[in-house]
Formats: sequence, C-alpha cells, structure tokens
Amino acid sequence: MDKDKLHDLTIGRAQKLLKNREISSVELTKAVLERISRVENKVRSFVTVTGDSALRRAEEADARIREGDASPLTGIPALIKDNMCTRGIRTTCSSRMLETFVPPYNATVVERLNNAGMVMVGKGNMDEFAMGSSNEHSAFFPTRNPWDLERVPGGSSGGPAASVAAGEAIYSLGSDTGGSIRQPASFCGIVGMKPTYGRVSRFGLVAFASSLDQIGPMTRDVTDCALVLNAIAGHDSRDSTSVNMPVPDYTASLIPDLKGIRLGVPKEYFVEGMEDKVRAAIEAAISTLERLGASVDRDVSLPGTKYALPVYYIIAPSEAMANLARYDGVKYGYSHEGESMWDAMERTRGSGFGPEVKRRIILGTYALSAGYYDAYYVKAQKVRTLIRREFDEAFQRYDALITPTSPTIPFKIGEKTGDPLKMYLSDICTLPVNIAGIPGISVPAGFCDGLPVGMQVLGKPFSEETLLRVAYAYEQATDWHKQRAKI
Amino acid sequence: MKLSREEVLHISALCRMNLSDEEIERFRNQLSNILDNFETLQQVDTTNVPPTAYPMPLSNVTRDDEALPSYRQSDILANAPRQEDGQFRVRAVLE
Repeated sequence: MDKDKLHDLTIGRAQKLLKNREISSVELTKAVLERISRVENKVRSFVTVTGDSALRRAEEADARIREGDASPLTGIPALIKDNMCTRGIRTTCSSRMLETFVPPYNATVVERLNNAGMVMVGKGNMDEFAMGSSNEHSAFFPTRNPWDLERVPGGSSGGPAASVAAGEAIYSLGSDTGGSIRQPASFCGIVGMKPTYGRVSRFGLVAFASSLDQIGPMTRDVTDCALVLNAIAGHDSRDSTSVNMPVPDYTASLIPDLKGIRLGVPKEYFVEGMEDKVRAAIEAAISTLERLGASVDRDVSLPGTKYALPVYYIIAPSEAMANLARYDGVKYGYSHEGESMWDAMERTRGSGFGPEVKRRIILGTYALSAGYYDAYYVKAQKVRTLIRREFDEAFQRYDALITPTSPTIPFKIGEKTGDPLKMYLSDICTLPVNIAGIPGISVPAGFCDGLPVGMQVLGKPFSEETLLRVAYAYEQATDWHKQRAKI
Repeated sequence: MKLSREEVLHISALCRMNLSDEEIERFRNQLSNILDNFETLQQVDTTNVPPTAYPMPLSNVTRDDEALPSYRQSDILANAPRQEDGQFRVRAVLE
C-alpha cells in the first residue's frame, strides 16, 4: 500500500484496508487533511474545514472497527455540501445571509452518515443557495476545477465535486435541483447521482425549490455511489415527501454486463451548441454499452425537452421566492438595521442576498404575481405534466436513456457570468430529470483536451438499481474513473 | 417585451427586497431577455392537462400525533440577531 496516496482511495478500497488493519481511520483522515492543506489554496472546495472534530471522529471509528462494529462508511473522510444542516457547525449556503448560522440540529442525511461512522472533514462551497452552474455565485469565493484551475468545477455542488476530484475528501454529498450534482460531477470527472424524488430525506436541507430538490452521492466510482446511497436512502417521517418504500442493497446491482438491457438515446439531448468533442465522446460510450450487450435505439424523440428550460426557470424561482421569504433578519441569519420593521426587512434582504439569488427571487415573484400566475406558473406546471408523461412513455420501451450530462466541457471562470440565460443553458440536459422527478446518474465518459466529459443515464422512478448497473458495466469496461487530476 | 422600471420596483416591493438603481436597470434587461425565451411555452397545447405540483402522487401525508422532545430554547435563540427574555425581539409593527 502506497501510503502517500491514501487520499486517492475509493471507499471500497479504503474500507478493505481499514477492515484488515492495514491502515487506520486516523491515518486516512490525517492523509486527507494533509492533502487539504496542500491543495486547498488552489481549489477552494471548502467553506469550513473541520479538522479537529474529524480526528476525534476517526478515533471513534477506529474503536468501532476494532470492536467489529463497522459499516462500509465507518472511518471514511467525507465532505458535506454547505446547505445541509450540521449541528454545532455553521451551515452557510455560501451566502452572506447565513454566514454565521449554526444549526441546532442535523439534517437526516448527516445523522444517517454519522451513525454509519462518517468522518466529516468539512462543509463544501457552492453557488449561493444552490442557484448556479459554476460555483461563481458563491458569496465567498469561486471553487476551481482540479483538472484546470482556470475553469469552473460546475455547480451548484462545485465544492463537493472538486474536493472528491482533488483528493480532499473520499466522497461527498451534493444536492441537485436542476443538475447541481450531475453537472459538477461531469465537469470534475467523478460519479454523481440524483436519486428519485422522495428516495432520500430532505429534512435539514436548506430549501431551494421543494418539488425539485434531492440529495445524492458524489463519488470516485459507481461502487462508492451504491455504498453511499445504501446509507442515505429511506423513509423519514420528518420529510412528508420522502417515500416509504424498502431500500434494496444497491451494491447487488453492480453487474458488469448489460445483456437484455434496452437503452434509448433521445436526440433532443444532442442540442445545438453542443461541442463536437463531447458528442464524439458520448457516441463512443454508447458503442461501448452496445458491446456490453445492451440493445440501443438511437432514434428516440422526447419533443417536450425543449420546454424544460422555461418550465424549470418558472417553477424553481417561484418555489425559491416562497422558500426564501423566511430570511427576514429576525429569527436567524444576517440582519440589517432600519427605520421600521419593513425598512429593516427590505434592507436585510437587499444586502444579504447576492445577485443571482435576487434575480431568481424577482423572477419567481413576477411569475407568481397577479396577472401572470396563470400565464407563467400554472402553464409551466401543466407543461411539467407533459414532460413527465413523455418520460413515462419512453420508459415503457427502454430500461434507461443515455444522454450527455452537459453539452460542453468545463468552461472558463468568468465566461458566462455576464449572461444568465447562457449560464442556464449549461443545465439543459439535466433539468428535465428534476422536472419529472426521475433518477439520473453522471459517470465519467472520457476526456476532451484533458478535461472530463460525463455520460448521463436516466431511468423511471425508483430504478436506481438499473442506473447503477448500466453505469457500473460501462465503468468496468473503461478506465476514466481511475484517472486523477494532477495538482 | 421589456419590463418597465415601475414593474421591477413593484416586484421588489412584493418580495420585500431592496434593489439599487444599478440592479433595477440590470434586472430589467436580463429578465426581459429571460421572459422572451419563456414565450415558447405559450405554443404548447395544454388543454385538459392537469398541473403537476410534485412529481410523486402523494397527498395528505399524516403521522401519529406523538409528543416528542423539542429543541432547547437557548439553542434556537442562539442564532437570533436580537433577543429578550427568551424571545425573539422584533421591531415595532405598528408605530
């Protein structure tokens, strides 16, 4: 075992070494913290590093391992996106509004991972309130892509993605409202899954758009994705939208062949403006899937796809404006002085929120305001039904759909910040998935000019096992996931 | 369609959020551009199509009404910008 590279291990490998006592969790945690101190000034994945508590948790994990009481995640260092509540550790959403907020409770996913023996090394940087596709909307600083520090890591889970790619965490949790797990996973060359809406509890996730938000794993390979999903999935009475269905052992679906699997390739995802080299990488990946035994229909059409962008950018900001109404400067968070209650509230919100959050609050308020509610909001909800139905029909014929995760490779920092619509188009392949509530996974599918490309696999609700099988078979036939960013 | 300055001010009043003059002008242009893009939705025939509020068909989820321990008052107030006698202190609503 090369002890200089402990920070590069997968969960699967680290777990075996821990179990066989070839390494200890303290040793592994120190290696990751050491890596953070070496590269964090370049990558900037963390809002908060929790080194001291991580070492304490690692000692506890080592005791559990000695007592034979370990789960697959016991003693493994992880990063949590900074929009999931961690008791006693500030949770900022990368916003001035919550810069000093210290939650009095844990999110359900944090509680579940703590019970599994997680060693949390810190909280991950993100676009403010998870609104963005590049991490440039963090109120604190932008995270950089470990594969090219001049480029964005994607967003909004940019810190969680970059930390895993840079060796600063073995895995992370992200949240995905319109692509915020999958697009940064694609940009950073890792695996990211948005589970079915309701599969993972949202309790303690700071709400952005409640009918779209979902928490999911961000990992170095598909096996790790299954291990983390095993730990976080399941019903929670504190989230009334979490679904009460049994949780299978997701590692059982890691089968390296695709015999009998029917795949479809929807042509609308190969959009105008898509980079040719991304197209070529995805087409090569599809041929690999065929070689593994899958049948592939390359002529699938989902014509409603072109409406996903307007539907999303009406529904998400409308829900966001309602969810973000709670930031009034009274109960917690940033508070501005004012001459009266209303004046103070207007100033608090005017200076506590950053530009993208304000833009979306204004957009959502407009879409819900008298005279526009039917034309925008209700219309978008109806078209949402049509997009769902289109997926339902497609999944009667196909077990999974294959698309690019993003139409482009990671773009340069500053390239899209001036034009919000151009930034929104970066999520064109991931938005329909949240609209329909179905699961999606992004898996590394090659490199263009040294930058990662991701393939997205979509399935019907609660078909995470099929997605993992397709992603795993593809991964085992390639070695993209074994490559590490050099920083 | 271009939003007027008055429309942006009206919206900012509805959501109780101050905007600077520079922001009003910027959002006016950007939102007009975004809303133009949304016009494509009006082409879609949605006659007899019900709206979707949530992707899963769940409604009226209930649970047993059990008393459970709550959070400590001091923990909840620890984040309050202003507090007094174990309560949130708010500014006068009526002058």
